[in-house]
Formats: sequence, C-alpha cells, structure tokens
Amino acid sequence: MKNRLLLWVPLALFAFFAGLAGYMLTQEKDQFVESTMIGQPLPDFALEPAFEGLPGAAKADFVGGGPRLLNVWASWCLPCIAEAPQLEALKAQGVEIIGIAIRDRPEDVANFLAAHGNPYSRIGSDRISEVQLAIGSSGVPETFVIDAKGVIRYQHIGDIRADDVAVLLAELEKAK
Amino acid sequence: MIAEIGLAALWLAAALAVLQMVSGAMALRVPEGEAAPLAIYTRPAAIVQAFLAVLAFFLLLYSFAVTDLSIKLVATNSHSMKPLIYKLTGTWGNHEGSMLLWVGVLAASGGLLAAFEKRLPERTMGATLAVQGFVALGFYAFLLLSSNPFERLPVPAVEGTGLNPLLQDIGLAIHPPTLYAGYVGLSVAFSLAMGALLTREVNPSFARAMRPWVLGAWVLLTLGITAGSFWAYYELGWGGWWFWDPVENASLMPWLAATALMHSVSVLAARDALRTWTIMLGVLAFSMSMLGTFLVRSGVLTSVHAFAVDPERGSFILALLGLYIGGAFTIFALRAGAVAEGKRFAATSREGALVFNNVMLSAILAIVLLGTLYPLLTEAFDVRVSVGPPYFNPASAIFAIPMLLVMAVGPLLRWRADKPARIQFEMLLIAAVLIGAIALVSFFGSYPFLPLLGLGLAPALAVAAVLPLRGRNLRRVPAATWGMVLAHFGVAVSLFGMACEGAFTQERLAAVAPGGTEQVGDFSVTLESVAPVAGPNWTAIEARLAVRQGDGEPVILSPQARNFWSPPQATSESALLTKWNGQLYAVIGNQAEDGRWQIRVWWKPFVTFIWYGGILIALGGVLAIAGRVRVDVKRRKAVKLGDARRADLEALGAAPVPAE
Repeated sequence: MKNRLLLWVPLALFAFFAGLAGYMLTQEKDQFVESTMIGQPLPDFALEPAFEGLPGAAKADFVGGGPRLLNVWASWCLPCIAEAPQLEALKAQGVEIIGIAIRDRPEDVANFLAAHGNPYSRIGSDRISEVQLAIGSSGVPETFVIDAKGVIRYQHIGDIRADDVAVLLAELEKAK
Repeated sequence: MIAEIGLAALWLAAALAVLQMVSGAMALRVPEGEAAPLAIYTRPAAIVQAFLAVLAFFLLLYSFAVTDLSIKLVATNSHSMKPLIYKLTGTWGNHEGSMLLWVGVLAASGGLLAAFEKRLPERTMGATLAVQGFVALGFYAFLLLSSNPFERLPVPAVEGTGLNPLLQDIGLAIHPPTLYAGYVGLSVAFSLAMGALLTREVNPSFARAMRPWVLGAWVLLTLGITAGSFWAYYELGWGGWWFWDPVENASLMPWLAATALMHSVSVLAARDALRTWTIMLGVLAFSMSMLGTFLVRSGVLTSVHAFAVDPERGSFILALLGLYIGGAFTIFALRAGAVAEGKRFAATSREGALVFNNVMLSAILAIVLLGTLYPLLTEAFDVRVSVGPPYFNPASAIFAIPMLLVMAVGPLLRWRADKPARIQFEMLLIAAVLIGAIALVSFFGSYPFLPLLGLGLAPALAVAAVLPLRGRNLRRVPAATWGMVLAHFGVAVSLFGMACEGAFTQERLAAVAPGGTEQVGDFSVTLESVAPVAGPNWTAIEARLAVRQGDGEPVILSPQARNFWSPPQATSESALLTKWNGQLYAVIGNQAEDGRWQIRVWWKPFVTFIWYGGILIALGGVLAIAGRVRVDVKRRKAVKLGDARRADLEALGAAPVPAE
C-alpha cells in the first residue's frame, strides 16, 4: 500500500510545479533591477569645470527650475560618441543636460565637443570618479533624471539609443 | 509559394499525427495477434509525417538561404548581406525556427522508430506510436496556432533586421541543433515507456528496443553540452566553463535523467530487473527536455539565454506540459503498481551498484532542479534570489563523490550477487591510486577540498575504467563493453580537467601600460599596443599581447572588449593560447586614468581535458550503439536465414537432412 502511494509522488511534485509556473506566468514580470539610488537626493558635490568653455557642476545647479539630465561620460569612451546625437535631440526638446566628465583632460573634452557637438550647459570634472561612485554609477555613459529638488528619479545605464529618447522624455515629464 | 508548401506540409503532418494516434490506439482494443482495423496505417503515417515535417524545415532553411523577405520570420531575423552560413544557422536562432526544428526532429524520431523497430509486439508498438503521435500533435498545434514560422508580411520588407550579433558565432550555430536532437530523441524513450506501461509489456525485449534510442539521444546531449560549455567558456569571457545558468541546467537535467535511464535500461535488458524504475526514468528524461523548453521560452526565469519572452506562448507550453507530463505521471501512478516486479538481486552485485548510481544521479538531478526552480518559488513571494555555484557545487558533490566511487567498482562486480572479496585486488589498487594521488598533490601544496579530491579520484577512475578488461582476450571483448570502458575513462579525463582548473588556475589582474610586462605562471605577457577596431555592427578596443613561454618565441593574442549597437550589448572577446597541458586565457578590461589598461590573464592547466573527456564519453556511447546494432543485425540475419531454410525444406517436403 505504501508503495502505491509512492507512485503518486512524481505527479504531486509536477502538479506543484505546474501550479507555481502557472501563477508566475500570470504575474507582471519586472526584469529591471532598480538602482537603490532612485529616490535618494544627490550627494553634496562641487566639481571644477572640465574645460574652459563651460562652468563646472555642483549639487546646487540641480535645485530649482525643472527636472534635468545628469550625463556621466568621458571623451575616451566609444559609446559616448554613439549617444551624442541622442543628447543633441534631447537638448533640442529643451532639456537641460549637465555633464560629469570622468577621468578626463580639458583638451580631450574640448576636442570631443568640437567633434561630436556640445549638448551640455555645464560640465564638471570628476578626476577620481568620486562623484560618479557616490551617485551609484559604475561606468560610462550613464544618464540620470534629477528632479527640481535634486532627487535622483531615474537611471539609464549605457549609451542612449534612438529608442531611449522618448523614455527619457517621459521620465523627465514624470519628475516635474 | 515555398512558404505555403511548408505550411501545408505542417498541416498535413498534423493530420497524419491524428491518424497515427487513432490507429495506434485502436491496436490496444484488440488482443495481441489479431489485426486491429486501422493498424496498417500506423507505421506509414509516422513515416510520411516525418518526411513532411522535415520537408517543412528544409523549406524554411531554403527561405533563409535565399533571404525571402516576404516571410516575417526571415525579415526579422536575417539580412541579405549576411554570410550564407549564418543565414542558414539563423533558421534556428529564433523562437519559431527552433520550434520547427524541434518538431522536425520529433517527427523524424517517430518515423525512424516506425521504420526500423520490428522486435516489439504489435500492440506495444501501436501504443508507442500513438503516444508519439499524440506528443507530436501538441507541438504541431503550438507551431501552427501560436508560432507560425511561415507567416507572410502584407508588404515584403526591403531589408532584414539582422540576427543577434552574439549568434553569429560558429559555436553557437552548431550546439543548439545537437542539443535539440538529443532532447527530442528522448521522446522515443518516453513513448516506448508509455507504450510498454499501457500494455504492461515491461520486459527485457522492450528494454533492448529502447536502448539504442536512449544511447543515441544521450550521445547527442553529451556532445551538445560539451560544445555549449566550451562556447560559454570562450565567448562570455569570465574564464569559467560552467555557470549553473537556468538554461545550462535545462540541458544538464535531461542528460542526468538519460544517463540514469541508459544504465537502468541495461539492467532491464540483461537481468529483467528495475522495471518500474526504468519506466519512471523514461518518462522523466523527456519531461525534463520539455520542462527546459518551457523555462527557456516562457520567460519565467531570468537567464542569459533570453528567448522569445511571451506569456501566451508560455501558457501554451505549460498546457502541453500538463497534458504530457501530468498525463504520463498519472498513468504511471495508476499502472506501475500492476507491472510485475522484476528479478531480485543482492546489494553487492552489478545491479546493486547501478541502482546506487541511479539514485545518486537522480539526487543530483533533484538538486539541480531545486536550485533552478528556487528563484521561481521565492519570486512568488516577491523575494529575488540568485542561486549559484556556492549552492550547486557542494550540494551536487555530496552525491557525485559516492557515485564516482561506486562507478569505479561497479563494472567489476558480477550480476545478481557477488562477494567483495573476489575483487579485493582491484579495490585495493583503486584505493592505492586514490590515496597516493591525493598524498602526492598535498605534498606539493595546499588546495581546496573538492579539487584535491578530484585530483585523487581522476587517476583512480582512469585505472578503474580499464580494469574490466583485465584478463580478457581484448579481441573478443564486445564493442559495447569497449564503449563503457571509453565512456568511464572519459569521465576520469573530464574530472581531471575540472580538478586541475579548480586547483592550479593562476590568475593575474593588472593595470598595464603599453610596453609593460606581467608574469603569470610560466608565461610573460607583454602589452604591445591597444587600438580601437570596428566591425560591421560593433566597435571594440583590441589589445595586442605578446605571450612568451619561458624563453620561447612570442605568440600574439588579441582579446577585445566589444560594444554592439543593436541590440545593446557589451561582450568580452577572449583570446586563447592552447598548449597540450592547458590554456592561456586573456581578456582586456577598462582603461585607467593614467593610460594603463586592465588586463586579466589566466593560466588554466589541463582545462581542455574537460571537453576532451566529454568527447570521449560521447565516443563511448557511439561504440556501444555500434556494438548493439551490429549484434542485432547479425541476429536478424540469422533468424531470416533460419526462416528461409525452413521454408525451403518445407517446400521440398523433406525432413531435415542429418548433418554428416
């Protein structure tokens, strides 16, 4: 008799799996892992200008007015070249973009902007990735949506592609 | 027109699957020996169905070859400028095409079974083909109703949108079809198990019929997993060869079940024991294949092998799983109690050892299954976890180590009952090699426990693998036995590679300025230059590394860090230098602020043995098939000859002439 019951074990195990999988299939799946920095205020920082043409960047530059984009980039980063047209497109939509140049040299920054356009209103120079790490960015390029209170509302990792422009505009709208 | 012919072939094949199912099932309603009303249709239906499904696949292949952009699947997954080889492999580099490949292999297996399997009683054969038809029907429905590969675009596309650049790699182009053939080949074992269960004909002749199919599917799975592991090793750039990723596990689980099944079916064939257990494994092996398909395509688990993530398709496959796995386990629970118990045997016998290893393999399977599904379970409670090597490695080792020890002595034992004292010499020899190797390795350095144990087990297993040949006339040893020896030796080789990789790998992570030199193991690595290079859809930073072993000539390695535009993906293209005793593995990382580059170099002694071992194991399987088939063909010829002779004698009306 005991043996007979044992024969039902595989079916019971499978039924449990099927129930679980069926339940999970009906659940909305959120593959995106949100940064823990979302909802946090920007840390206090004040960065030197990255080159002579534009002023540097500080936390105070994000407070007041409307939401802004914070773009973490570098002149030595290849994907940053690829995202330059998208930043231009965002600027054309009236978005203010403040840059932080990572481990860069003034002449390289100036050359990059001359070659690929300048969508920025300010660029701070972060020579030792200090601010970059403090805001939870591990690489270049990354782009953050910062609301008028200086709170991080959205993080985009990697270069901005044509499809991402609308997403960022929507996030900026939400942050208003 | 080609696409429409393909679609029509699929619909016709589906209709034939219905005929196969119905006519096969009718055979169950009449007693053995009497002709069932539709029985003559079963085998032809399976064979023609196989032809049609394979034809459909080749028509899709042709559409990809000529880049017919009016077909939606081609337009979304191909490009006219792509090299022909990747156009062809693009056929199965997507959800619909790979599903058509799955269905094609399923139908081909059924067709081969119908054409060549003549030993089974007609009722069992009818039931088996009915089950095979039933399984095929579900997958035809899935293909035709929710994943039509031949769907046309209202307006043909001007140009295709390409293929995932990661898939444009010869390793990835080849290993999926091999694995697929293995997964789906197990469907024959499933159908045979169900057929035998339905007719209660679970006996040695059934096991002999099932064995070549299990062996064939198992060989393909072994090769597919070996190739997949090597691909992940050089393509993902992490330096590891197994990641316990859900999709890797999805291929490992059917392999574990098939390995257990292959051994258990041998016991049933030779000794008429383990009847219920063999049926159970037969059902389990293909169930694991289908489960893997579900996990990969439904998107319920997060994996690096992202496939079409579509809840609707997921629900469809889950319904098929419920029908087939649920149905099979229900019949198993109802019927298995009625299968007469097989022959008994002592614990210390070859059967005993095989049973022990079957249980161990099943335990490892349970460990892998639990680890794979655990994130699914916790996500139901909104907790995200990732299960990785810290769980899988020790948990599977707990069962793998006793299994390997028993594998060493099992083939030396006699069937039915044996005394351990009889193989005293062999056991002492194996133990001496094991302890000696561990002592030797510990003498030279201290290593982690599992690799150390592996270094001891590998030579012990290698010796144990060839011991069954001791004292035998090598020319008279059957091919199947050679197959076993080779496969078990392959396990030792593979284990040796894994243990060496775990114990002796040397790693160097350094920031190097161009011109700088780093030392790893016996090699000096000089960073000559770093330059950007551009490909068709990526840009990369490529390093030129001059590698010198001792005072030898330098060899240039060129690892790359690639960024693909579409889809967005950064990959690390490793560069390998293969020596007979290991591989040097180099990747390039980020640039530091002062112009130095992060270079990561591993020296992995004997890592290649992992895959050599895999190939040896598969070769062993091939030898076993060849041996079994040869014996079978000989037997058939002898029977035919005997029949012909008897017929001749009867025709002459004479009594047999006594031999002089």
